[in-house]
Amino acid sequence: MRLELKDVTCGYGNKPVVRRVSLPVDAGEVLYLLGPNGSGKTTLFKTILGLLKLQSGDILIGGENIRSLSRTQIAKIMGYIPQAHTPPFPYQVLDVVLMGRTAHLGPFASPSSKDMQIAEEAIDTLHISHLRDKIYTQISGGERQLVLIARALAQQPQVLIMDEPTSNLDFGNQMMVLKQVRQLAGLGLAVIMSSHFPGHALLNATKVLLLNKGKTFGPGSPGETVTEENLKELFGVDVKIITTGMNGGESKVIVPLTDRMIKKIGGD
Amino acid sequence: MKQIEAVKRANVQPLSRPGTGARQWRGAVLLALPVLLFLISFALGRYPVAPDQLLTVLTTKIFGLERTWPETLDTVVFQVRLPRIIAAMLVGAALSIAGAAYQGMFKNPLVSPDILGASAGAGFGAALAIFYSFSIAGIQAASFICGLAAVLLAYSISSRTRHDPMLSLVLCGILVGTLFTAGTSLIKYIADPYDKLPAITYWLLGSLASIAPRDVYSILIPMLAGAVPLYLLRWRLNVLSLGEEEARALGIDTGRIKLLVIICSTLMTAAAVSVCGVIGWVGLLVPHLARMIVGPNYKVLLPTSILIGSSYLLLVDDLARLMAAVEIPLGVLTSLIGAPFFLYLLQHSRRGWS
Repeated sequence: MRLELKDVTCGYGNKPVVRRVSLPVDAGEVLYLLGPNGSGKTTLFKTILGLLKLQSGDILIGGENIRSLSRTQIAKIMGYIPQAHTPPFPYQVLDVVLMGRTAHLGPFASPSSKDMQIAEEAIDTLHISHLRDKIYTQISGGERQLVLIARALAQQPQVLIMDEPTSNLDFGNQMMVLKQVRQLAGLGLAVIMSSHFPGHALLNATKVLLLNKGKTFGPGSPGETVTEENLKELFGVDVKIITTGMNGGESKVIVPLTDRMIKKIGGD
Repeated sequence: MKQIEAVKRANVQPLSRPGTGARQWRGAVLLALPVLLFLISFALGRYPVAPDQLLTVLTTKIFGLERTWPETLDTVVFQVRLPRIIAAMLVGAALSIAGAAYQGMFKNPLVSPDILGASAGAGFGAALAIFYSFSIAGIQAASFICGLAAVLLAYSISSRTRHDPMLSLVLCGILVGTLFTAGTSLIKYIADPYDKLPAITYWLLGSLASIAPRDVYSILIPMLAGAVPLYLLRWRLNVLSLGEEEARALGIDTGRIKLLVIICSTLMTAAAVSVCGVIGWVGLLVPHLARMIVGPNYKVLLPTSILIGSSYLLLVDDLARLMAAVEIPLGVLTSLIGAPFFLYLLQHSRRGWS
């Protein structure tokens, strides 16, 4: 399913935070949103999810305008994975995943055995069946992030929206989540995610949108958006992008430059 | 460090994952508790009614057989003790599920069912009605209506603000509660100190001593009207406790559900306060206890809160009428027992609010 933003301006109240974004995301694509803190990544997500009112422009899912859809209808199409957090009550992991089924239930209904099966499948897809009976508030941040992804899968959406899914994770868990994202896109989901790691976009993205002080650049391929100049402008950091390879595979790495290296470059 | 973690887990785990057998036992005990207390409560007091005697009286009454016992027994059972016992159980259960629902909705385990001003409003209504020498039915009606009005006022003020909706709802509740409490104080100040003032004060302390059979019927309807929708919403309450934004992203129209939860909880709280005055701590404490025993899933949390809440208030009411030569006001006892008990719960577990 295609998600399309047409000239979207969004923000809180009357103040625009993100101005005039246009982009399509198709099934199987992974769109990365990169930008410094406060650049409006979460604001844009909330607007796409219909949690914040659009200030202007249109958002279309499968050709249908989001304004004409109810909360339940939106939730059946788009799954939201917020940043891992600790809720006040100690739910069992299975219950948390089951909550993803809410949009598919009647207003007074509880999950049925069929919903239970879907939740179990989502748990299996992420290889976290060992967490099934654990208490959500007692597992680690990385594990919670995986549970939230499983919950979004149980929602059976066509679009996944992930807000910095790797920001609280250790290196191993970051790579695991990135791999999961690739696999989910492979299953035919359209994925939109934000990240504080431009390197991840080079590894994982099919498209990148840069956000900076309300202005946007892109969307474009990772190669043409995540460049040394753009990263300097976005984060104020001098970097060098290096290509390295092994067994015919190729990977790009972003290396921040130290003061000394910058001097040397300047001197040459 | 790892050892500390392990110890923490060991302390917390035992309650959390009982096997099927343990769960059945737990369920049986929870179900037996109110039944046992119901029977025992008849046997306690100045005119004890033994369980076998009680069963004969009840079955005879139900099947319309001829009475073979003195009329006093009949009066004690049907006019005095049965209404009081049922009222205690109803009020305990209602305050508990109202509290459980609010704690989830406000994402805060320290919320009690009168946070939006229901008790303050109901207290004001009762004080006003006593001041104007209304009948008992009039006092109850005024109390119920003012309880609803207070919450309605808090809700409508908060819906005009543009801040965090939950926070502004709580703040408006506290604000409205303060206004109504001030009103009550004003009425007490100008009330006749020999006649009206003690009546108002006694009413506000909370008691089930003067419950009549009629009162049971009059609270039954609003309480059922509040409890049934809350039970039907049990799954949505789970999702709502994740926070408003997440609940909406999961497909819930939070505005409508919130309003429904507020209406249901307020109906029950106002009904409870209208017949027995302000009974604190039950709606805060019982959901906690229930959550510690069965976990936070509302599917089991609500029924468990009903069972524990009805048992708890019945037990406290038995203490209220037996502990001393004169009755101790119920509201005083629930606070006296509730606060230290709550402290104990907090110290002995992290489960329940993590």
